[in-house]
Amino acid sequence: MNEQSMTIRGKDRYKSGVMEYKKMGYWEPDYEPKDTDIIALFRVTPQDGVDPIEAAAAVAGESSTATWTVVWTDRLTAAEKYRAKCYRVDPVPNSPGQYFAYIAYDLDLFENGSIANLSASIIGNVFGFKPLKALRLEDMRLPVAYVKTFQGPATGIVVERERMDKFGRPLLGATVKPKLGLSGRNYGRVVYEALKGGLDFTKDDENINSQPFMHWRERFLYCMEAVNKAQAASGEIKGTYLNVTAGTMEDMYERAEFAKELGSIIIMIDLVIGYTAIQSMAKWARRNDMILHLHRAGHSTYTRQRNHGVSFRVIAKWMRLAGVDHIHAGTVVGKLEGDPATTRGYYDICREDYNPAKLEHGVFFDQHWASLNKLMPVASGGIHAGQMHQLLDHLGEDVVLQFGGGTIGHPMGIQAGATANRVALEAMILARNEGRDYLHEGPEILAKAAQTCTPLKSALEVWKNVTFNYESTDMPDYAPTASVSM
Amino acid sequence: MRVTQGCFSFLPDLTDEQISRQVQYCLEKGWAVNIEFTDDPHPRNNLWEMWGLPMFDLRDAAGVMMELSECRKVYGDRYIRMSAFDSSHGWESVRLSFIVNRPKQEPGFRLERHEMSGRNIRYTTTPYAADRPEGVRYGDQ
Repeated sequence: MNEQSMTIRGKDRYKSGVMEYKKMGYWEPDYEPKDTDIIALFRVTPQDGVDPIEAAAAVAGESSTATWTVVWTDRLTAAEKYRAKCYRVDPVPNSPGQYFAYIAYDLDLFENGSIANLSASIIGNVFGFKPLKALRLEDMRLPVAYVKTFQGPATGIVVERERMDKFGRPLLGATVKPKLGLSGRNYGRVVYEALKGGLDFTKDDENINSQPFMHWRERFLYCMEAVNKAQAASGEIKGTYLNVTAGTMEDMYERAEFAKELGSIIIMIDLVIGYTAIQSMAKWARRNDMILHLHRAGHSTYTRQRNHGVSFRVIAKWMRLAGVDHIHAGTVVGKLEGDPATTRGYYDICREDYNPAKLEHGVFFDQHWASLNKLMPVASGGIHAGQMHQLLDHLGEDVVLQFGGGTIGHPMGIQAGATANRVALEAMILARNEGRDYLHEGPEILAKAAQTCTPLKSALEVWKNVTFNYESTDMPDYAPTASVSM
Repeated sequence: MRVTQGCFSFLPDLTDEQISRQVQYCLEKGWAVNIEFTDDPHPRNNLWEMWGLPMFDLRDAAGVMMELSECRKVYGDRYIRMSAFDSSHGWESVRLSFIVNRPKQEPGFRLERHEMSGRNIRYTTTPYAADRPEGVRYGDQ
């Protein structure tokens, strides 16, 4: 369906009135994207009767220079350079009425180092456009020239490991539960028990900020007592993600400064604070030797449905640029949405220096990260020790595994829950390194480790049949065998 | 108490056979294994003393195990760990680190609290063993 260019050129292009987008220069099937272009891939669902090429050209137009009618002021600019160009439209496999539109944007359309600016262009206007039933931003190719204008993760995986002196295994965490209602003193108790039992991190939940039952300073003070006491009890570095999310930047900076003053190694923010606030906190974190954890609160409102919104793989790319160190990226086996292949794609985006296009993982473009720090993915939500072999297989080594319920809900108490997770993890890593087929022998390896660890034995017993097998709503459109020429 | 730094401290102490298999895993990945020892297990003491240089270009874990045995003869009263270094671009740091020898008695750490203004507390962690001079901290046990 990639027919000829229909662009009207010369004087006729600028006659007053309405002209189809595909004739205004937003559909250029012969255009070859430059190495420095930003490329966006949209899933376009045109209204019935709307030509898919016109719909795709409209997306290019409305996300760059166009408005609904011809304007003569275009002629005061290098308009052809600034027009985003849709250069390819493919039907989506097995999805009638949906099309993949590839759109190239000149680098000069964007401000250096600003996710706000990038997203204002790419998703700012077009998603409510009437001729479309639905629109989804599936993936983006970010040129090295643009990547290099961002700070990237404040700390990065390697330096985080060096600071914590923890190598060769996933890190372990737990979110304090119940997420609302604990007093500062009780909250500190949970943190201490979990860290002393063997976790590396504990975590505030996304909606723990400063409420009547526990003001933020109370939380910070009691948490740091717990962290220091657990460090002394274990000889290990421990951390607790102090959530500094607040109503204003001034409040967030105040909380972050206090966390630093108390000696915390890590703070946390929520995705809902917005891209600019995230970038500001990432700069603060870099200046203050702080690891920055991002909870992707709110993302499912726009990432989950396949036909409309923004794919999480795009959010992951933006967040690596923006400069956070941790990002929740799915568990595959837990309670939250996450098809294995799609999740693998997110993890690669966080952790690799170069992502080759892999349609079967939903990754459409080769992406060079130009030595930008690596972003530690976090797996959280409905996981437990009995799944350790599957978690290691799906998620690899550079990940934080967060067992909230799977630590705090342990029948013998929080310390025992933490110990069960740590022992299960170390036993699995030991077996993997010895060359064992740990995925298939997983239950056996865990049972063996449980012989010398009662807490693990008890955890395996309580949660043995817990799985979350529901169909995913978001998965790749291409099967592993499909070969689509790029 | 038991210092739980390193990758396998929550498991029963590894046998030499198990240590050797982990070392072999590192060598097959192309990482250089270094033996390090200390009598200062403070969690922020990253500079353990080196037992020689990292063993580059080694293929067989037996060589490392021989060195470990030599190191134990001299510093068997202290903490000894294996650290495997990966020189590939984008990592250039330790990939695996685990304790392979520890003192018979581990007295643990003292946590001191200095009360500051407001309710702030400045914490100091000190290994009890560090009350004695370097070199004779664990020797008499």
